[in-house]
Amino acid sequence: MTQQIPVTVLTGYLGAGKTTLLNRVLSEDHGKKFAVIVNEFGEIGIDSDLVVGADEEVFEMNNGCICCTVRGDLIRIIGGLLKRKDKFDAILVETTGLADPAPVAQTFFADEDVKKRTKLDSVLTVVDAKHVLQRLADSPEAKDQIAFADVLLLNKVDAVTAEELAAVEHKLRSLNPFAKIHKTERCQIDINKILDQGSFDLNRIVEINPAFLEGDHDHHHHGHDHGHHHHKHYHDEDMDSVSLSSDKPLDPAKFDQWIGDVLMSKGPTILRAKGILNLADANNRYVFQAVHMMSEGAFTGPWPAKDKRQSRMVFIGRDLDVEALKTGFVACQMA
Amino acid sequence: MASGAPLVESKGLSWSIDAFAVGAAATPDSRYFVASFGDGTVRVLDLTEASKGFKPFDIHKGSALCFAPDCDAGAHLSGGDDGKLFKVHIDGSTEVVADLGRKWVEHTVSHSETGFRAYASGKEAFILGKKKGDTPRQIKLETSVGGLAINPKGKRIAVSHYNAVNLYWLAAKDGQPQVLPWKGSHLQLAWSPDSDYVVSAMQENSLHGWRLSDGQHFRMEGYAAKIRAMSFAKRGHLLATGGADTVICWPFTGGGPMGKAPSEFGGIVNGPPVTAVRAHPKLDAIAAGFENGRVIVGQPASPHVISIVEPPKEKEPSPVTVLAWTPDGDRLLAGTEAGDVHVVDFRAQS
Repeated sequence: MTQQIPVTVLTGYLGAGKTTLLNRVLSEDHGKKFAVIVNEFGEIGIDSDLVVGADEEVFEMNNGCICCTVRGDLIRIIGGLLKRKDKFDAILVETTGLADPAPVAQTFFADEDVKKRTKLDSVLTVVDAKHVLQRLADSPEAKDQIAFADVLLLNKVDAVTAEELAAVEHKLRSLNPFAKIHKTERCQIDINKILDQGSFDLNRIVEINPAFLEGDHDHHHHGHDHGHHHHKHYHDEDMDSVSLSSDKPLDPAKFDQWIGDVLMSKGPTILRAKGILNLADANNRYVFQAVHMMSEGAFTGPWPAKDKRQSRMVFIGRDLDVEALKTGFVACQMA
Repeated sequence: MASGAPLVESKGLSWSIDAFAVGAAATPDSRYFVASFGDGTVRVLDLTEASKGFKPFDIHKGSALCFAPDCDAGAHLSGGDDGKLFKVHIDGSTEVVADLGRKWVEHTVSHSETGFRAYASGKEAFILGKKKGDTPRQIKLETSVGGLAINPKGKRIAVSHYNAVNLYWLAAKDGQPQVLPWKGSHLQLAWSPDSDYVVSAMQENSLHGWRLSDGQHFRMEGYAAKIRAMSFAKRGHLLATGGADTVICWPFTGGGPMGKAPSEFGGIVNGPPVTAVRAHPKLDAIAAGFENGRVIVGQPASPHVISIVEPPKEKEPSPVTVLAWTPDGDRLLAGTEAGDVHVVDFRAQS
């Protein structure tokens, strides 16, 4: 098996600190060699042979299915990079401030060559604590970038008060309950906290503990069964995230049918979905993830003895029909 | 079925160059094989003393990315991620044909009779006439170039990109292209020997082709993998393609491939896909390379396949990326991603 090179995608609107972070990662003495794909030359302070300019070309594959949009230029550039004799340890992809992160992520699942030789490690979004609330108000891209992220670098925390910071963090959590948040000044961070996260690696998705905020609109579900499942939901004006859980095993056939239907019909609005599931008659955990309509799932290993076998799923998306997701999920439980 | 030991063991030579084989071609006199690699080298093999091996020349600072015979006999064009397109002579001496700075030279092609050269980087393609010192014609596209191919007549160049293949007259200094639209990302291109058909291999595991004489177009689907490689038979009666577990050959006789079934040969059902194909320059034979490093020569619909190279047992198999015949058809070169290079001599043992 050819070794797959990990890829970290850096997003964030203009001025949030992406370039600062990139320069920090590249200049730090970590003994790693990076290939960096940037949308613009010139701002990168490191004169490395392995800095490549990208064109941000979004292609539709398979006759225009919106969920099969990929970055054509990335396919091309990665193909070229992989020809090189002097290899590198990881690839960093910087996107423009206005980029939708989904096509970037989808490229790593849709193109067979890219998929074989590289693996998407995580999507990291740099957020400027001082300006993020304003950006969120005027830019849908900023919202997508935050909602999509695995890691949020909340930067320039020295430029805001403790109250402002708390409000920003609250807002970020409302958009994305499962990303890791790191607070930084001038993007000072141990790179081990941002690289090699394995966010898309089914074998490394070991827990889903969405950080829903205390006292938020906790639409804790009542009425249906008998406390066998819990649902939490938070929504921004148009971005929803919902967490589903169930202590009863799920019927594999029903789950398969349900998740297939959900992704097929609602895929365009679902940014990310993840699940660790307890399927009936299976001793191993079934781990599932999706970016829009592209999904993958696999049994990754036995349940740890100390854990109770609880199924958990998280969806993040625009205008999700939260009630339908809850009802559908509950209906997958074994009778 | 393949019979006996692979031919490379009895009639060939193999080298381990340890760098991605990017492109290869033989000189018109069939004396040399010239190949470019991911370590930035261009290597020359003198077939009159093949046992001495390839002579390496350091050409690119990074990786070579594209390779083609030059219109000047014996020379080759090598483009790289150092932004340079070099004309490389057989003795390793070079001339800079283009320097695009930080951009990559990703595609290049030339036409020996008419002397046109072309190259592409990102969303730009350039056409260069034979006259020395001429500035190249620059063609700006809305999306990145996926492939370049000059038609066998040497009159037109096809440029593939997203949602279309554009055709330009090589001799024209400007003017609008003839646009052949089809939704999707078009990559490698092939012209039929009579210059009537142009075929593009797409990102979506399918082929799309156009017959220029009457504007008909056709699509061929059902491939398991990216097609990546196409080669018209010398007589033009079929197009051999990669992307499936056998070599798929589309008929181009009697009105083209529309509505007809392809013939096939070689490979194992549900086995590794074909990653390289090259038609024999004289005979109705086709060389094909597979993702696992296997190389065969066969004929469409014939059960008899000659095994040239079998997948390595002692190391990880590597996809065949390049195949090249000498123009006399006596020798075949095969190269892989890992830099395993094989040259086989088909002549009777002397």
